[in-house]
Amino acid sequence: MTRPHAATSLKTPPVLSAVGLTKSFGDFRANDAVSFSIQPGEIHALLGENGAGKSTFVKLVYGLLQPDEGQIFWQGQPVHISGPLQARQLGIGMVFQHFSLFESLSVAENIQLALPAGENLAALSDRIRAMSDAYGLAIDPNAYIHNLSVGQQQRVEVMRCLLQNPSLLIMDEPTSVLTPQETDQLFSVLRQFAENGMAVLFISHKLDEIRALTSRATVLRRGRNVGTVDTKKNSNRQLAELMVGRKIADVTRQSAPDQSKAVCVIKNLQKPKPTAFAVTLNYISFTANAGEILAIAGIAGNGQDEIMAALSGEWRPPSAGVIMLDGQDISHLGPAARRRVGLGVVPEERNGHAAIPSMSLSYNALLTNHSLGKTVQHGVIDGAATKVIAAEVIDRFDVRVPSDDPMAASLSGGNLQKFVVGREIIKSPRLLVVAQPTWGVDVGAAVSIRKSMLELAARGSAVIMISQDLEEVFAIAHKIAVLHDGCLSDVMPASNVTAEQVGILMGGAAVMEEASA
Amino acid sequence: MISMTPRKDISLQRTLVTPVVSIMMTLCVGAIIFAVLGYDPLASLYQFFIAPLSRPDQVADLFVKACPLIITATGLVFCYRANVWNIGAEGQIVMGAVCAGGVALFVPGLPDMLLMPAMILAAMVGGMAWALIPGVLKVRFNTNEILVSLMLTYVAALFIDWLVRGPWRDPQSFGFPLTKSYDEAALIQRVDVPGIGTLGQLHWGVVAALVLAFVASFVISRTLFGFQVKVMGDAPRAGAFSGFSAARTTIGVLCISGACAGVAGMVEVSANMGQLQPEVSFGYGFTAIIVAFLARLNPLGVIAAGLVIALAELGGDSAQMALGMPKVVTGVFKGILLFMLLAGETFNRFQLRISWPAFNRAPAARGR
Amino acid sequence: MDALVLTVILTSVPLILAATGELIAEKTGVLNLGVEGMMLMGAVAAFAVTSLSGNPYFGIVAAACAGGITAGVFAIFALGLATNQVATGLALTIFGAGLSGLIGAPYVGGTIDGLAVVAIPFLSDLPVLGGLFFKLDLLAYFSILMLGLVGFFLNNTRAGLILRAVGNNHDSAHALGYSVLRVRCGAVIFGGVMAGLAGAYLPLVLTPHWSEGMTAGRGWIALALVVFASWMPSRILIGALLFGGITIMQLVGQARGWEMPSQFLSMLPYLATIAVLVLISRNRNFALMRAPAHLGRIFIGTK
Repeated sequence: MTRPHAATSLKTPPVLSAVGLTKSFGDFRANDAVSFSIQPGEIHALLGENGAGKSTFVKLVYGLLQPDEGQIFWQGQPVHISGPLQARQLGIGMVFQHFSLFESLSVAENIQLALPAGENLAALSDRIRAMSDAYGLAIDPNAYIHNLSVGQQQRVEVMRCLLQNPSLLIMDEPTSVLTPQETDQLFSVLRQFAENGMAVLFISHKLDEIRALTSRATVLRRGRNVGTVDTKKNSNRQLAELMVGRKIADVTRQSAPDQSKAVCVIKNLQKPKPTAFAVTLNYISFTANAGEILAIAGIAGNGQDEIMAALSGEWRPPSAGVIMLDGQDISHLGPAARRRVGLGVVPEERNGHAAIPSMSLSYNALLTNHSLGKTVQHGVIDGAATKVIAAEVIDRFDVRVPSDDPMAASLSGGNLQKFVVGREIIKSPRLLVVAQPTWGVDVGAAVSIRKSMLELAARGSAVIMISQDLEEVFAIAHKIAVLHDGCLSDVMPASNVTAEQVGILMGGAAVMEEASA
Repeated sequence: MISMTPRKDISLQRTLVTPVVSIMMTLCVGAIIFAVLGYDPLASLYQFFIAPLSRPDQVADLFVKACPLIITATGLVFCYRANVWNIGAEGQIVMGAVCAGGVALFVPGLPDMLLMPAMILAAMVGGMAWALIPGVLKVRFNTNEILVSLMLTYVAALFIDWLVRGPWRDPQSFGFPLTKSYDEAALIQRVDVPGIGTLGQLHWGVVAALVLAFVASFVISRTLFGFQVKVMGDAPRAGAFSGFSAARTTIGVLCISGACAGVAGMVEVSANMGQLQPEVSFGYGFTAIIVAFLARLNPLGVIAAGLVIALAELGGDSAQMALGMPKVVTGVFKGILLFMLLAGETFNRFQLRISWPAFNRAPAARGR
Repeated sequence: MDALVLTVILTSVPLILAATGELIAEKTGVLNLGVEGMMLMGAVAAFAVTSLSGNPYFGIVAAACAGGITAGVFAIFALGLATNQVATGLALTIFGAGLSGLIGAPYVGGTIDGLAVVAIPFLSDLPVLGGLFFKLDLLAYFSILMLGLVGFFLNNTRAGLILRAVGNNHDSAHALGYSVLRVRCGAVIFGGVMAGLAGAYLPLVLTPHWSEGMTAGRGWIALALVVFASWMPSRILIGALLFGGITIMQLVGQARGWEMPSQFLSMLPYLATIAVLVLISRNRNFALMRAPAHLGRIFIGTK
């Protein structure tokens, strides 16, 4: 099924090819003698799990990094790409996963910064409007970036590349911020580009999308190119196994208990937005039951941060009776007090929010245990007790550590996430709230974390999982609700709803339907 | 092209070596500046760092000079660890001295035994109140505490100037801006070791300073409050997640820092001057900032750092007398030292690599 | 009355110069607290060179160089070595204060001939306004000119756009290929040159002698001015005149024999600065929109 990288010799030279590209950061080999090629008019996927080296590779191509060894060829000629400016001059456009936009500047100004000097703002605005009509990418040149939705911002990024007439367009994980409908729109635009002769390099780890959009895929694993395959002829499982290098076991879900006791009831959670960049929460109500995983699906930026803050206690609603846990009103309690009544929280960002990178794991254990009695006596920390807790978590949740009580920063992303999730699960909380539990985590760790969450639910706790990864949502959730622009849909059993329906809700259609009814 | 990658682990060895290297570099740069300005570099360095210690009782005086620095810097450590930039210690020292002086001079009928504790309390309250102004403004209005606390140092200096020249001036001071002298009970006595006698100017304030540093070290490293301070400084989001309040932490560390600075002011006046005058802080509030950094924000390190800086201060006096160098030259040393310490911090946290473009030109293409 | 208005204008000039320079630095995301130190270096350089050469214009050049070099020291540490900007700025202030005192020691007590007044033909003959606004020295005219140029530059040129972009999001700027460090370095040195000129104004125009620490906190007030102006050049002029006005309250009070002790009048500029800072920071939304989003954040680019 897999072919080793074949030499290209056909009539037209590849738009871009790389031979033996190597890049190391200290001891870590991000790219190891990677070779690659892409033809004009081809939509080619770059596949691999987190940490496999995809981002590094495209940064080498775009000139943001310089290779230690190897050579890049453009249109068949060897080139040295010294920086993004030169990459753009050659005809390479790049849309980053984390947009490189300037929030307080306008669309036109943002685009102007990516283009060579000489064009004034007015002329550029006209060109933007023309291009926007041609491809159906609705953009207002005078709008400020901070006022645009994420999907619109991405269109600005794409437009920015288009206006330089690239021969190669690179997109780094573009669909992680889009609804399924917006994804379809993007794909049709990309297919148009390809028909016009542009080559598209599409980085993703979403196998369904890759098989829908691309013709060939190059798989990176641990910095090496392990093969270029024909995407139409491989199943998801085959691609996944190529990415991981071994057989993967599925997470099997157990069915939810029939009669379920309510553990946590949220009623009329309402939060006005404090700044222009935040989202208002609009009278959200839902119930999390014992033994169930309730997934709150939705694109980032629709109120997830606000709900997390309300549930963890970092923000407390001004009125009473909004958040009940086992019948007790916890609305007014802070995070430390909430932990005492059996709440466990895992925030989305493990670096600086869920854990402190510069502190040891035992101190990170203290972070969510200090109000629970064992670790602090009369204001004085019991160092031995914190170490015991950390050691237990490390042992039970298979956290790979380089030394006895290491700094959190020395753990890999997956292992730190296992620690941070395990730190809460080990307390058997009545309610576990977790956001993006497997973001940026390798497949093995992701499976392990999802298994722990299911086991916790099976033991009778309630779990609320906020996730923008639909694959994950459908893998382990018993119930699903969708968050859009601060409004929550009804809670639906996972078995009764399809990904397409969820996608529509994520895009806000339900609200529109109600409005027009 | 210098590239920096964060180090995963910071060895203890490196942590201790860096301040020493910083001091060495400071001496070198200082010597160069002296030479450029026409002073003999070696003689200058000798006057600065060796001469002040040539007699045993001078070592005791070193501790006396370090005393206000140690007390103030210990308080500043709490603030800086919490990322609260209290730059106004200079003003808090003054206000502490003023409040203690108020008690000493104008509270009638206090029995001698209670006078000193009352003065200490007043000094703490005075310093705390002055530090709480930027604190409250930061917590309620999100105002930048650096500029507010700094502005208040100028205000405090003008305030004490007015007091001492105006309503609090001793009518018998022949027009000099001085208050009445404190009573005996309001003064801090020299330490009298039975059998040895007094050691230079060593007074009980020094003992208090050392005790304070040890207590602070315990609080920072072993208590939940100390953990809170460190967490809120390093990762405020994690602190909020853990249940710590940013507002309470800010107010707390400013109270500690203000109280320490206030006490330092009171100690300086009661141990060395015996009365209030327009200048009671002598820049200690700013010098303490450097002491805190030299100590790498560690309360125990504050003792050693305080002694090093005190040496430089004494050296400034000695260089002025022996070589005619203006007193302000210690400011040059302090500034350079702070630069070197900050650079050392970078070398600690990052691995620096200098890469030349030549190495990055790709060699001839190699096959897979 | 005329003399008072003139004093207000003259007092505001160093604030305008220093604040304009710091505004550019902060627009690129660099918080340089060393303004006081850079001003003192400018002041001592201006006095020393003018004293030695007899020509105040040489003094201006020297002050600009001194300010720029001092800012360069800041750039080496805060930009090259990515040190904490707050602490580095403080170090610069302490160092600048000390070094200027050291260099200026031989000059204490001396005096120089300051900058001459340059009357603008025509306009200086206008009644009232002519005497006040058009019979000033070169540096005063320069300060207004720079203010206008900086405003134009930021909003109407590509370089100004790049500057604003770097301060808004240095990661994006880096990803687009702009050298964040080079832009910031240039901005910081510009800020230093302006601060040096601001310092020069003190001995060359306001009080023609040298003494340690003669800036008396003006550098800090300039920093507050940038916040007050919400990083908009047009507002710096208003703020500087306001502070100039408050500063001379002391002179007014003494002249009019007011009851209040002089020390309290001298406190006014500092208290006013605090009041202004509180007012500006009260409105969170406003501050968020105006302040360069990456102000004070350290940038480390990987290559």
